[in-house]
This record gives sequence, C-alpha cells and structure tokens, in this order.
Amino acid sequence: MSSIVSSAALMPDAVLPLQAASAGYWRSVLQRLRRDPVAMACAAILLLLVLAAILAPWITPADPFKTSMLKRLLPVGSAGHWLGTDELGRDLLSRLIYSGRLSLTMGIVPVALAFVIGTSIGVTAGFLGGKVNMAVMRTLDVFYAFPSVLLAVAISGAMGPGMSNSLMALTIVFIPQIARVAESVTTQVARLDYIDAARMSGAGPLAIIRIQVLGNVLGPVFVYATGLISVCMILGSGLSFLGLGVRPPEAEWGLMLNTLRSAIFNNPVVAALPGVMIFITSICFNLLADGIRSAMDLRR
Amino acid sequence: MPPFERLMIPLPPVTQLVQSPDRGGPAQPLLSVRNLVKHFPVRDGFLSRAKRAVHAVDGVSFDVAKGETLGIVGESGCGKSTTARLIARLILPDSGSLVFDGEGVDEFGGVSLQDYRRNLQMVFQDSFASLNPRLTMEDTISFGPREHGIGRQQARSRAHALLERVGLRPAQFAARYPHELSGGQRQRVNIARALALEPRLLILDEAVAALDKSVQAQVLNLLQELKAEQGLTYLFISHDLHVVQYLCDRVMVMYLGQVVEVGPVAQIYSAARHPYTRALLSAVPSMDPARRTSNPPLIGEPPNPINPPSGCRFRDRCPHAQAVCESTVPQLRVAGASGHLAACHMTMAGSAHPAAPTGEVCT
Repeated sequence: MSSIVSSAALMPDAVLPLQAASAGYWRSVLQRLRRDPVAMACAAILLLLVLAAILAPWITPADPFKTSMLKRLLPVGSAGHWLGTDELGRDLLSRLIYSGRLSLTMGIVPVALAFVIGTSIGVTAGFLGGKVNMAVMRTLDVFYAFPSVLLAVAISGAMGPGMSNSLMALTIVFIPQIARVAESVTTQVARLDYIDAARMSGAGPLAIIRIQVLGNVLGPVFVYATGLISVCMILGSGLSFLGLGVRPPEAEWGLMLNTLRSAIFNNPVVAALPGVMIFITSICFNLLADGIRSAMDLRR
Repeated sequence: MPPFERLMIPLPPVTQLVQSPDRGGPAQPLLSVRNLVKHFPVRDGFLSRAKRAVHAVDGVSFDVAKGETLGIVGESGCGKSTTARLIARLILPDSGSLVFDGEGVDEFGGVSLQDYRRNLQMVFQDSFASLNPRLTMEDTISFGPREHGIGRQQARSRAHALLERVGLRPAQFAARYPHELSGGQRQRVNIARALALEPRLLILDEAVAALDKSVQAQVLNLLQELKAEQGLTYLFISHDLHVVQYLCDRVMVMYLGQVVEVGPVAQIYSAARHPYTRALLSAVPSMDPARRTSNPPLIGEPPNPINPPSGCRFRDRCPHAQAVCESTVPQLRVAGASGHLAACHMTMAGSAHPAAPTGEVCT
C-alpha cells in the first residue's frame, strides 16, 4: 500500500510543487476572451471612450462650453470644428468627448451599485429559500411590475432633477432585475449535490455562499449586468432628455440629443451624432457581455 | 496502524467525540435509526389546504453495526435516497431519532450536528453535480478541512495525499476542474472529499450506479480497500443487486417507504422470506441463457405513495395476499436465522395468514 502513496504526499509542506496550484478560473476566462476578436474590438473601443472621457480636458480641440453666435450649427468637416458645432456654436467634438464623462458614469455607476446590492439580495434569498425568498422576491416584484423607463422617470421625478438623484433612481430600477437573476441562478445552484456535500462538511452558510455559491452565481449575473449598462445609459440619456437628469450647460449625450433636436432639419448629421455615440457605446457593452458569456463557459 | 493513516495529517480534536472515537465498543451500533418518518406535503393548488402527503419514508428503523457494510435496496421511489438524506440531516425528519454511537443526534445532551456530520460523509450518485464546476479538485477536497481550521498548506497537502490514495496523481489532477475528468475519476474525487474529514460512516448513495462496469469494479475495489484501511462503516444504497451482494454484509430491502426485510446478505440472497424480496431477486438477470426469466416476477407499478394501501403495502401486488394483509400492518419480526427480519404475515406464527408457520405464538 505504501508504494501507492506518492512522494508528493510524503514531502513536507514547503516543497510541494507549485505548478499544481490552480491556474485560477478568471485567468482562463481572460485567456479565452483574448481570442475573441469581436469582444476585443469592443473592449478596445470602450477603453478608448473611457480614456478620452478621463483625459477630456487635455485632448479636446476647443472649449466645450464656449458659445459663438457666428458659428452656430456648422456642418461636419468645417475647418477647426471637425464634427461641426451645436445650436449655440460650441465645438461638437469637444462636447462629445466631455459628454463621455457623464454618460459613461450614468451607465456604469448605477449598474455597479445595483450589481452589489441586487446580488446580495438575490443570493441571500435564493440560498435561504422558503419564506425569506418568498417575502424578498414578492417585494421586488412590486418594483419589477413597472416598466423600467416609467419607474426611472417616476423616481427621478419624485426626487427632483439632478445627477445624483438620477443615479439613485437608475440604481433602484436595476436592483430588482439583477436580484431576480441572482436569485434564480442561486436557487438552481443551491439544489445541486455539491452544496449538500459542502453542508455535510459542516461549513456554515456564509462559507458555503462565499466559496461554493458565489463563484457559480457571479459569472452569469455579471454578464447580465454588463448587458444592462447599455440600457442604463439609454435610460440615463432619456432622463437627461426629459430634463430630469443632467442639466444644461453640462454635456451629456442624451441632453445633447434633446437640445440638438430642433436642428434636426437644418443639420441632421450633427443632430444625430450624440445618438451615434450612445449607439456605439451600448452595442459595445452588449457585444462585450456576449463575449464574456461565451468565454466563461469552460466546457467549450 | 495502516500506512495511509500515518500519512494523514491529524485534524485538531474538535470535540470529545473526536478524541475518543469509539465510545460504546464494538457491540454498540454505530448508528441507530428509530422510526424515521418523512412525508412531503403535496400542494394541489394555490388556495387549497389539502393535507395530502407523499409518504416517502414511513417508520424506518434499523441499526448499522460498526465496521459493516449495510446495503439498502429497493425500486426507485421506495425511499432509499430520502432515508440517506434524512440520516445525513440534509432534510429534517417529521419524526424519529438518530443515535450515533450511543449519543442522540442534534438533541439535548447528544452530539451536535456539526460533530455528527464530521463523522458521517456522503458520496452522491451524480459525480458531476456533486463537484463544484468552479473549484479545482484540490480546492474541492480541502474545503472541508479548511472549514475546520486546517491551514491552507496543510489542507492542500492532505488533498494531494487523498488524491494519490484514490488513484489520481496529484501533479496531474490537483489543478483540474470537474469537466476535465471522466466519470470514474470524478467519483474517486468525491470519495477523496468524503474521506477528507476522517469520517467513521460513509453513505454511498448509488455511488457507482452511473459508472460503466469496468470502472464500477475499480471503484468498488477502492471502496473495499479504503474500508479495510480506515475501519470505515458503509451504508450502501443501490438498486444493483449484484453489487450489493458483492460488497455488503447485510441487506435491507425497502418497499414504499418501509423496511420489508433485513438480514445477512447470504440469508437474503438464498432464503428470502418476504415475497417482495423474492420477486426482486428473481428479477436479476441470470447468466445462464437456459435459465432465462420468462414470467415477470411482479406485475403492476408500486402503488401511489400519497395513498398507500392499508395493512401490508405490498398486498395488491402480492400473489399470497389474504384478508389479514389488508387489515393488519405486518411488523418487522425475526424470520428464520438470527438477525434475519421480515415484515410479512406469512412468516409470523399466529397471524391469520394460512401460510403462516404453526406452532406456539411468540409474544
């Protein structure tokens, strides 16, 4: 029998071969993601947008807030204003770059907050099950019953206009959606035999959630949340468009769409540009989410 | 002391129970199950308050002796797996008690649930579902020990030793994920995980049922070796009567949530007393084509466990059923050799069944 037992088992702890350490799940996901050209292109575009937003004060060709009565609604390709100017003669390229700051914040921050809160709620409800699950999920269903646009407008309207209020409104809109996905994934996972095996080992519920459940739940929920960023950006832009979010003269893509709306017959290309930005960003987030989803499927 | 035991890094003593593992001596059963009952309520609709229930396990009692392998057999749906989960306390019984080595489980003055579970581990049928797809093999095996306060390095080297012991080279398998292993390899890992906490009782719930025959044989041999090395006690749940005959010391036959017969494996296989056990055994395919089974040993389906028949639950499929079988529930009584119990009116002297043995009535 002793011949079967390996030298590794006989070795003192310190000299155990290091290569046997687990490579790490997320690292292998990243490796797969790198081989996905669409996802990488989307990631590159998003990185570019984020960098441009961060570095906006240094890279914009003109002051985005400087108005000029003489240069109103210049077409795309005008000298000194490559993407034209808006209805107050402000440089559109500079404004689009600056807008990234608020628009991306509007898209990412509520989803990130809702991801943390919603996942906590959903995983707890899913793991505990029974009456707790019932109470939590039915409460969330009340929020879920409203269309998200309506809910965002209602909450934002009730709290009054302003950036932080609309961030909060959007967070509240997305918590039930994320919690619901987290709950359903957790319920599925909690039924599996390896959770029973973990309970058999005498581990407490927190340890089981942390080590056995979260790894299997965070992935799908993360993908779902990434897909929500585009929805959130559009909702945020919608709030700004309605005058409930960011207020003039701040630059934000939805707000710009609103103010340029009157110019749609005079200069349709310029008026559509903020919409194009929203479109590019949201489609990139969606495609990136799809890429992560397939990269996370280890069995392929 | 077997060589493997020396290699195991001892767990720090958590309780009295761990420090003195064998309390009652060899004569005391390792586990006594008494009148275990579990009914699953059936909801007919949203508003109905119907009190119908599936009688999954209905008054099951038995003992598991130290060092033995007790097989539990029966058709699917007879309550084998529910019994296993009740014993593991993964589901709570409606009534009934468990006594582990003389101490009541999870009751006042008895052994706590945490200590009980340290002494009892389970290997599940679905080797894939019982491994976390996001954890490597060494993480899966070392989870239990780490939750009991073993250091990272120690738990890891222990996981490696266990992998080695179940026949998987750690250098090759420790960092793998479940989908990178075959079914047999996964089941070996499940066994290694079950052994990581040095349990005394291992519940094997259809642990080899999903494996093909050659792999099944390897895993069964491994189980035999481990049992001899570590002095384990097995509760082996299976529908495969050949495997049970090979592995088990005693067999318990269940039908519709109740024990119908229990006894030493040789007794059951050669001189079964309960008609259901006999039907079950005659359903085993013969190796000799000349002796093939032509008449079905049993006809019909098991009755609905929501409304089990009165009296003997087997009576509406039993060729020997009489009036007494409908009116009286047969109790599990000594039938033939010592330790051989059956719940059938035909084996009970003094029952009103015409086939019952004559002679003085045992009271």
